Amino acid sequence: MSNVIACIDGSSAATPVCDYAAWAAARLAAPLMLLHVLDQSRYPMENDLSGNLGVGEREHLLTELAELDARRNKMALEQGRLMLETAKARVIADGIAEPVLRQRHGHLLESLAELEDETRLLVMGKQGEEHSSDTDNDVGGNVERVVRTLHSPVLIAQGEFKTPEVVMLAFDSSATTRKGVELLAASPLFKGVSGHLVSVSKDKHTLREDMEWAEKTIVDGGHQVCTAVLDGDIEPALHAYQQEHNVDMIVMGAYGHSRLREFFVGSTTNNMLRKASVPHLLLR
Amino acid sequence: MFMQYSLRQTWLSNIRGDVLAGTVVALALIPEAIAFSIIAGVDPKVGLYASFCIAVVSAFAGGRPGMISAATGAMALLMVMLVKEHGLQYLMAATILTGVIQIIAGALKLGQLMRFVSRSVVTGFVNALAILIFMAQLPELIHVTWHVYVMTAAGLGIIYLFPYVNRTVPSPLVCIVVLTAVSLALGLDIRTVGDMGELPDTLPVFLIPDIPWNLETLKIIFPVSVTMAAVGLLESMMTATIVDDLTDTQSNKNRECAGQGVSNIASGFLGGMAGCAMIGQSVINVKSGGRTRLSTLVAGVFLLILVVFLDEWVSLIPMAALVAVMIMVSIGTFSWASLSNLRTHPKSSSVVMIATVITTVATHNLALGVGVGVLLSALFYANKVGQVFYVSALVGDDHDHRIYNVVGQVFYTSAEQFVQSFDFKEAISKVTIDVHRAHFWDLTAIDALDKVIIKLRREGADVDVIGLNEASATLVDKFAEHDKPDAIDKMMDGH
Repeated sequence: MSNVIACIDGSSAATPVCDYAAWAAARLAAPLMLLHVLDQSRYPMENDLSGNLGVGEREHLLTELAELDARRNKMALEQGRLMLETAKARVIADGIAEPVLRQRHGHLLESLAELEDETRLLVMGKQGEEHSSDTDNDVGGNVERVVRTLHSPVLIAQGEFKTPEVVMLAFDSSATTRKGVELLAASPLFKGVSGHLVSVSKDKHTLREDMEWAEKTIVDGGHQVCTAVLDGDIEPALHAYQQEHNVDMIVMGAYGHSRLREFFVGSTTNNMLRKASVPHLLLR
Repeated sequence: MFMQYSLRQTWLSNIRGDVLAGTVVALALIPEAIAFSIIAGVDPKVGLYASFCIAVVSAFAGGRPGMISAATGAMALLMVMLVKEHGLQYLMAATILTGVIQIIAGALKLGQLMRFVSRSVVTGFVNALAILIFMAQLPELIHVTWHVYVMTAAGLGIIYLFPYVNRTVPSPLVCIVVLTAVSLALGLDIRTVGDMGELPDTLPVFLIPDIPWNLETLKIIFPVSVTMAAVGLLESMMTATIVDDLTDTQSNKNRECAGQGVSNIASGFLGGMAGCAMIGQSVINVKSGGRTRLSTLVAGVFLLILVVFLDEWVSLIPMAALVAVMIMVSIGTFSWASLSNLRTHPKSSSVVMIATVITTVATHNLALGVGVGVLLSALFYANKVGQVFYVSALVGDDHDHRIYNVVGQVFYTSAEQFVQSFDFKEAISKVTIDVHRAHFWDLTAIDALDKVIIKLRREGADVDVIGLNEASATLVDKFAEHDKPDAIDKMMDGH
């Protein structure tokens, strides 16, 4: 549980990912690892539907596929290295002396799971390279899979980097956000940052006790905190509050429900991320 | 969470490629299922139901995504006698029993036994399989009119040449469609699929084989089932390795054993015959872009749709068209490189390969072929390792002292040579045998050493054996640590 790991790819999010990762690494005094995963399944296949088997087809096919893979991998490897070098230059400019570069073959999830033991915080963008971030705000498929697989917090970088000074914790008295409260109180990540403890609920009475506990925990940790309980739908209420109070990072529990429920009801986390203008720190 | 992730990976990561490849493969499954049903002596529908069942079930239960399993020639050849003497119901029972045996093999992790099957045996297996597939087509080419020869040749021409014109339509499909059209248009009187027996007209239904469930039945089906289980697993393991190599990914061999078993049980209960993975069709699948389980599922489902809904059309396909497709599969399965390798590879490897082929072709039983191949490889290996051995005779500090330095592997093949390395005629009063750099692998070796010592003593020499403890520590049967990695280091250091 030591590294801050930044997932680097060719998407436009790579730069803010570097910046936020550098910020977090400096705050946590943790080593920063820049990770690029070469995911083979994303390479397109050419179609040969001739369906016949010539003389020595097996040997021939093996050399052909091996050569194709070799060519693609060599190129992807080179590209990935360039991305990592760009990212390295960026985080060095951000003040991190010696970032660790790592390139892995395989699937993103597999690679992250292998690194899980040495992960303290994961930083990634909300979309991969195949999205063009100007036109679509969708959340890439990897975000949810990563957050659901890993146990460490995941910071979804968004927009240009701005040193977080005002942080909002979306509190719903679940175990996850209670953990968030403790994190906010204790972690060096948010030292000197002013906090907002925000809840969205119709039933303000039952929540009061929990809110008081949360406020006390955060104040005991040496932070300033304002509390607010909002009305209305979760996503618009939280984002309106965020804009009103110039909040530059949102901390929240993520994907608390099963996939099945999510399929029918939709996911609050995905809604939040889709409309996000500032980074979200997701806790599980 | 990983489960979910890998489900996605093994099913949905390549949808377009898999669906297209699956349909292409289905076209190559039909000829094999029909041709080998006929050879096994059952209606084509038995083979077609089996192919559907095995492909669909192994898509879910198998251990190698992207591999194609269905009713195969290798298995069909093993059931000929059973069908002839006892009928279809016994075949279905034997198929179910084959599945049960394969599941047990999977549970016992017998997939690991594949490491005893050397490359030469695999090549021999593949070549023998290709020859068997080819030979199985001959009945369709003997005692027929010249039309059939022309049709078959034209079919092969289409299969091999059409891809130069267009690579988006499977050439076997073009071959089948064109030959069927020509034969209908000219009204040729040649054999068609419809002449060979019943085709499926409904979806398969669950049924329990109508046989007496007693020991007598077991005695009839058990030998056939064991052979089929062995051949099925062998071909599946080899195909899995081929697909592993082609796609540069890993397979789960033990899951494949059990998956194969589940598919065969399903096939038996749905009126099909036993099957296994198919080398040729799996290569076609990979070549056409199939990578995940979805391709196998599509192949099975599409096959069933084709034959159930188009059965009237399928029955019009001339056998010559299917023969052409099967000759293509046979040519593509054969390892042609192995022929030119005969000149360059070690003689012993070539002998193993050829022995595997000859045994298989003679008996129509791939398990026997592989058995002979494995046995021969083991013998050649024992012989080779036995030659890693020498004894040097040195003169000691005074002239009445002889030192024998024994180095290398002493076991049953080299024990005789070990004994002969000593000069028993030499009149000498002191002999030292230094064995600390020798490995004594078995009792034959220890026996030989005893023999040498006694013989030298009888000639009047004082015999000293140095380093015996270290050397006999390698006697594997006593060597309780032999499964620990550092045991090997220790053993090598000791010498």
